[in-house]
Amino acid sequence: MAKGADWSEHAVEVSGATIHTRRAGKGSPLVVLHHDIGTLDSLAFYDTLAETHDVVIPDFPGWGRSPRLEWMRHPRDVAILMQGLRAELGLASSALVGLGFGGWVAAEMAAMAPREVTKLVLVGAMGIKPSDGDILDQAIISYIDYPHAFFHERKSFEALYGNVTTEQLEAWDIAREMSFRIAWKPYMYSQALPHLLGAVKAPALIVWGDDDKVVPVSAAHAFQSALPNARLEIVKGSGHAVEMEKPDELAKLVTPFLDAQ
Amino acid sequence: MHLMYFTEQPMSAYDEKAGLDYGATALTFSNKHFDPVEGSRLYNNYLEQYLKVEEVGIDGIMLNEHHNAPFCMQAKTNMFAAILAAVTKKVKIVILGNPLPLAENPIRLAEELAMIDMISKGRLVSGFVRGGGQEQLSAGVNPAFNRERFVEAHDLVVKAWTQPGPFRHEGTHYQHRVVNPWAVPLQKPYPRVWIPGVISKETVIWSAQQRYPYIALNTSIEDTKKIWALYDQTAAECGYESGPENRGYLARIHVADDEATAVKNAREFTWMQGEFTGLAHPVWANPAGYFSPSSRRAFVEFAVGRSQNPRGAMSFEEQLESGMIFAGTPKQVLPRIRHLLEETRPGIMAVWAQDGKVSQKDSLRCIELLGTEVFPQVREWAKELGLNSPFEADSPVHLKYSKDLKTGVVAAE
Repeated sequence: MAKGADWSEHAVEVSGATIHTRRAGKGSPLVVLHHDIGTLDSLAFYDTLAETHDVVIPDFPGWGRSPRLEWMRHPRDVAILMQGLRAELGLASSALVGLGFGGWVAAEMAAMAPREVTKLVLVGAMGIKPSDGDILDQAIISYIDYPHAFFHERKSFEALYGNVTTEQLEAWDIAREMSFRIAWKPYMYSQALPHLLGAVKAPALIVWGDDDKVVPVSAAHAFQSALPNARLEIVKGSGHAVEMEKPDELAKLVTPFLDAQ
Repeated sequence: MHLMYFTEQPMSAYDEKAGLDYGATALTFSNKHFDPVEGSRLYNNYLEQYLKVEEVGIDGIMLNEHHNAPFCMQAKTNMFAAILAAVTKKVKIVILGNPLPLAENPIRLAEELAMIDMISKGRLVSGFVRGGGQEQLSAGVNPAFNRERFVEAHDLVVKAWTQPGPFRHEGTHYQHRVVNPWAVPLQKPYPRVWIPGVISKETVIWSAQQRYPYIALNTSIEDTKKIWALYDQTAAECGYESGPENRGYLARIHVADDEATAVKNAREFTWMQGEFTGLAHPVWANPAGYFSPSSRRAFVEFAVGRSQNPRGAMSFEEQLESGMIFAGTPKQVLPRIRHLLEETRPGIMAVWAQDGKVSQKDSLRCIELLGTEVFPQVREWAKELGLNSPFEADSPVHLKYSKDLKTGVVAAE
């Protein structure tokens, strides 16, 4: 496991939005896009990426430390702001790692600006309607049951979140409200996205936990067929949040993929 | 005093054991437990009750709607309102209310209500609600925009009722390019709008800003007084003095010829496992974005089982004792009603008269006793206490029709 990287915090102004980001590491630029439940500040997987890359992890507007934008209505709005963030940071082109809901945002970014995304990694990505099964509806389960469902084993959840604080519960409620505000209907997918992904130039690595209870693996196959150059890898003993439950296995897939010419 | 009868129209023939085994009696509790043969019988029972209400001289019938649950069989309140418009002659048809945010097309709602008003010859009171959390989920409507949709749909319905078409509406949540409904209300400027609620501060303030009566739904006397304090303060800020004509109260009162029958039947008020809306996951009743951000912290703790329901839960006996439920003979309940009138001073009173599996015979007898032995006395007391209804006070339908606003005060939007 990697040692903790030296993360710095920045508030970047993009089109009237204040986007809080954490940044660490040296190397080619890599933007990591978080789940619908937001992200913990520190993860071993992030530190590993920062050993070989200039890693930028933004909080989407309305999540974490980034203030809500009342007008935001669709994940595509987030994707455009993330492109704006990359421009503000002077990243001409970069690789993207999208985790769950962040995978949807990453896929939108890769389709809207094909030359600016060098590599695309989608982990348990939302954004496409699964052909078999549905994306788990968080609206009818509690704040804590939904993050529980991100993991194959409860002990993996507990190792990271410990005794969940009331502040964390509130953050999950705010994150859930944001998910509703921008992805309520159809819930957590776009009917247009599969038709747009043919424009993506970047090679793509699709990674799915073999026990993803949030996004059915049929969505992985849909991404694979929609993307011109995509490889699918299934990680054993992992739920939806592969980066939290199997960080080393995920890093072993992602690092060589990003390094390959 | 305007006196009304209310029933939730319970689907009392559902399999209670199935609900307890499943652990919920709302939203996702399967409708395979709904028996349409029993449904047909019960709908017609409720219609018979409403006809009895008119026969015994009660002023109004209060209607509502809910979805995906046995506690209320009305899936579209305008359906019963339309039926009553045709089969009754005198009673006010008081919809409390149509859940505005659930409407994808508020113009359609404005048309339906206008039809009901015309067919009933001007007997419609058109209340509006936000709809419970579960209603948003059952309708697939985004709970995060509930309040915004409520206000925008309200403004659009009122505009469709009061301004000649065609006009165009390009709003945030609704866009209608040609608004020109060929059905407008008979009552002018438009049918009275009453707003029911449990205690949500934002709704109390909004109602007072419109000068719409607020109907407190079986809140405790203490909470009801807090609601009126907030309403009165907002009214003063808007330049008018609020009174009984702005205040309504829904009480659960069951009367019978003897106390034992009344108490036995009143116990049915807790038939939904002690909750008004049945057993449900807290996040169904309060989906993210639906409730006020100020209560987020208390709510998330409740939703994961770390704290008790902030609204509290009382046993049947405690509810009888504290006056959340009245049960007895007319003579026994009247002093308690008198106390309620003195303490909360409403000009509108709805009586939720029975629930659950109370027999049709006892339900009809309860209505008869209310109409002939309870309400005549309540009317006398209301006169003595100066508790005038909006009709008696001839109060304006909306703030903008007020003629008594104090100068120098800027009316709210």
